[in-house]
Amino acid sequence: MRMLLRIVGVLVVLSLIAGAYFAWSLNHVAALPTGPVTSVAAARILLKPIPDGPNAAQLRQGQYLARLGDCLSCHLRADGDAFAGGLGLNTPFGVIYSSNISSDPEHGIGHWTPDQFYRAMHDGVDAQGQHLYPAFPYPWFRNLSREDDDALLAYLKTTPPVAYQPPGNELFFPMNVRASVALWNVISLPPQPGAQTPQGASPEWIRGEAIVLGPGHCSQCHTPRNPFGADTRGKAFQGGLLDNFVSPDLTGNERTGLGRWSIDDITEYLHTGRNTRAAAGGPMGDVVTYSTSMMTDEDRHAIAVYLKSLPASADADSTAADPASIKRGAAVFSDACTACHLENAVGQPTLFPPLGNNAVAQQNDPTGVLHIILAGVRVGPSPTRPSPLTMPSFAWKLTDQQIADVSTYIRNSWGNRASPVTAADVAKLRSKLQLDEARLTDNSGDH
Amino acid sequence: MATTLKPVDVVIVGFGWTGAIVGQQLADAGLEVLALERGPWRDTPTDFATGFAQDELRYMWRHHLFQNVSDDTLTIRNNVNQTALPMRHLGSFLLGTGVGSGGVHWNGQIWRFLPSDFLTKSHNEQRYGKNSVTDYDLTVQDWGVTYEELEPFYNQFDVLCGTSGKAGNLNGQIQPGGNPFEGSRSAEYPTPPMPQTYGPTLFGKAAAELGRHPFPHPTGNLSQPYVNNLGAQLGACTYCGFCEKFGCGNYSKASPQTTVLPYLMAKPNFTLRTESEVLKVELSPDRKHATGVTYVNSAGEEFFQPASIVILSSYILQNVRLLLLSGIGTPYDPQTGAGVVGKNYAYQTMSSVNVFFDDKLINPFIGAGALATVVDDFNGDNFDHSGLGFIGGAYIAGMITGGRPIEMIYTPQGTPAWGLAWKHAAAKNYLRSFSLSVHGSCMSHRGNYLDLDPTYRDVHGRPMLRMTFDFSDNEHKMSDYLTDRAAEIAKAMNPREIKLNRRVGSWNVVPYQTTHNTGGAIMGDSPANSVINKYLQSWDVSNVFSMGAGAFPQNAGYNPTGTVAALAYHSAQAILQQYLKNPGPLVQA
Repeated sequence: MRMLLRIVGVLVVLSLIAGAYFAWSLNHVAALPTGPVTSVAAARILLKPIPDGPNAAQLRQGQYLARLGDCLSCHLRADGDAFAGGLGLNTPFGVIYSSNISSDPEHGIGHWTPDQFYRAMHDGVDAQGQHLYPAFPYPWFRNLSREDDDALLAYLKTTPPVAYQPPGNELFFPMNVRASVALWNVISLPPQPGAQTPQGASPEWIRGEAIVLGPGHCSQCHTPRNPFGADTRGKAFQGGLLDNFVSPDLTGNERTGLGRWSIDDITEYLHTGRNTRAAAGGPMGDVVTYSTSMMTDEDRHAIAVYLKSLPASADADSTAADPASIKRGAAVFSDACTACHLENAVGQPTLFPPLGNNAVAQQNDPTGVLHIILAGVRVGPSPTRPSPLTMPSFAWKLTDQQIADVSTYIRNSWGNRASPVTAADVAKLRSKLQLDEARLTDNSGDH
Repeated sequence: MATTLKPVDVVIVGFGWTGAIVGQQLADAGLEVLALERGPWRDTPTDFATGFAQDELRYMWRHHLFQNVSDDTLTIRNNVNQTALPMRHLGSFLLGTGVGSGGVHWNGQIWRFLPSDFLTKSHNEQRYGKNSVTDYDLTVQDWGVTYEELEPFYNQFDVLCGTSGKAGNLNGQIQPGGNPFEGSRSAEYPTPPMPQTYGPTLFGKAAAELGRHPFPHPTGNLSQPYVNNLGAQLGACTYCGFCEKFGCGNYSKASPQTTVLPYLMAKPNFTLRTESEVLKVELSPDRKHATGVTYVNSAGEEFFQPASIVILSSYILQNVRLLLLSGIGTPYDPQTGAGVVGKNYAYQTMSSVNVFFDDKLINPFIGAGALATVVDDFNGDNFDHSGLGFIGGAYIAGMITGGRPIEMIYTPQGTPAWGLAWKHAAAKNYLRSFSLSVHGSCMSHRGNYLDLDPTYRDVHGRPMLRMTFDFSDNEHKMSDYLTDRAAEIAKAMNPREIKLNRRVGSWNVVPYQTTHNTGGAIMGDSPANSVINKYLQSWDVSNVFSMGAGAFPQNAGYNPTGTVAALAYHSAQAILQQYLKNPGPLVQA
């Protein structure tokens, strides 16, 4: 009996950690920017040419790895400096702040040795010997070579030092005991590249796999979590939930995944954040801005080749929608959505995504589509397509029932099929996004 | 005591179209560029998103995007014998403020001036005699720059905006479907013209029957999705009918926000400071060199921003006031004709004709800012003015900018302005009427000018600008002649009735006419007749450049933005290719 209690106790702790790990979300999730998006300028550091010199090759390799690894998605807060951290990640157990990884010796990692950096990247242990929370993607970064880690550290040491100390984490017990993470490590590390490489895989496929399972850490969002917060076995890349956004299925599923996408569709999306099928918003918008838009064409192509090889996920059943809800939803759609998505939902190529055969709309979990309608979403700007095209929030304008109806309509029109949405679903997410009060703001009316 | 800030290469005063264009050009060349904008940051999803952009009360009538005249306004009079009074409510023109400014709430009407428009004095003198340009005390001048010189820069603006239209003159060859009177274009429009709705189509048919040459209005409301040279994206217009006075909610109207800012804001060597109002350009002791600008932020703190180059790119009324407040150039004196700053203030001479049908549903709510079929047969010097007693002209447009319910319900002649009879007339005519716009030139006149008001001051204690303006007989004659030409086309459409809205009497600050104020900081070929040279560079202080329609020596019969933008590109090129190598006057006086 005591043994059983002990096991249950460990499981509870693990679940708490797992919950925190997946529920992290940005501090101000609902607000659209009311000022210029200065963080786009900060990203330009990753494109700054590195002058010729004795270790230029290593520094260029490190800079490129900083793009592949999407470091700035987390290590840059609004109006902050590149790599200085301080972005607050909300969890049910408190807030985790990203660390300063600029070259500042006191607040950043300017004094770190290559051994210490390798240990952080590989084992999730920092220079002081403390466990890092797995919001830092060392479970994927451990697949980088020692040479890569050395190059990345060498590059980070050339970035402008920023004397900024991110706030301390505000976590409750037991999350505030970093040693608890050690337990997690024992069971939760995701698969490594090369483990399942098929016979005769092309060098391009192998490169794609190395990026996706390594620095790209794609499955951190796109694979559903098991109760311990690890990749669910057998469900690789079948879609997850992060930050109240759906990270869609990346398998060959034609409804919810990339089944209808060509390799060129994927590379264009990664390059510009937009194509004729979809637009990258929310966390993926950041990934485009800080990472994939700055990769080489070859690497984007390799990622696409690898993703297109993923076998289709099983098609989930969906229940039929109430015709009355569909009818109401069609009216809401005509009023609120057609200015951009147009009356037949075909959208405008690379500007406003078409909603027919739309993967985000058809995810089994409607959270993604509801989040977009409630809070709005901005497409990640990229150097070649800098326009931060933005869908505005409709939380202030549409009721829960109206959002449920229009979502149900979208999920079951123009070739789409997915389970209906209820007003209760909308109310729940509205509450999580702190949009309970339909308020008139600067964004929605005279003031 | 103003805090002195770190010097920059270029300080830009005012961040609308010209500030964005020059900022982008100079930042691309690697200069450290700082833009100061008195108003707030503005962007599509936060300030005029589709969920609330089409709010006539908020934007049009409550002036949500415009200058708040209780903070700052100007004083107005018709002539020097009157005492000017502050304009306490916006009316005849709607002053912008904030990032993008008028570029946010314009209609998107993109025109080029005619080659002869740049030679108003010499061309008309030659064709109609010396008196033609001095009658009625006109003070028209040549621009000091030609259409041919500006053509590549007009084209640059078209490429930026993705302008939708059909060329009428491509490399000297007249093209079917376009404006046969326009100056030669080096390239076709980037996107095809907007499909015309019923009203403009009826107008085009009637005009053609009368032997006129109708063509689709060139538009910054795009006919199809477009990616410009900076990678910025615009969508196809959905004809919602809320352009002028409104921001575009779905990215289909060219504006600084849609065409330049996504690219420019990401540049590390470009900085924008909003809610920072420039009070004065500071000069060196010999007054030949600007050392920078003094500005005040929204907390009331004053700063001195040193800069090597000062770009004045605020609206013309602010630009002229800053020149006067800073002591750059000699103020104009209408009695003696001496001095240049404030001289040749001009406007736009607008009239219209309403047409009312019984049998045709026009559906005016399907509209766009520049959705029109136009004839240019009576603009500029496209027709023989002999014996007419005026110079200049207008385009006539069968236009549907929208059917906004408060502003745009047309009722026939004799309808009461309110009450049951008005309601009946409104209900009967709303769907069955539209308006022909007569968009006339405005020549400059000795008595029309801008100076500092001796009495009234703004919140910062600075003298307000004083506007002295009235339409001259030249303008009235032109407008009457053109309104008659519009009426001919209106009648040829076989409506039940028409209503002529002529330009009569003195100019009044109400109702709304157009926000096309011009002149006051005019360009020319000599410091004796102008404030700035052909590169918009001050004759007196060579590191100050003054953008905008203030440069127009008189106003042509077209919307000004295309020419304003072309002049800005032309100036930016001169700064980069000539001024930076050898700072100093680009044209020797």
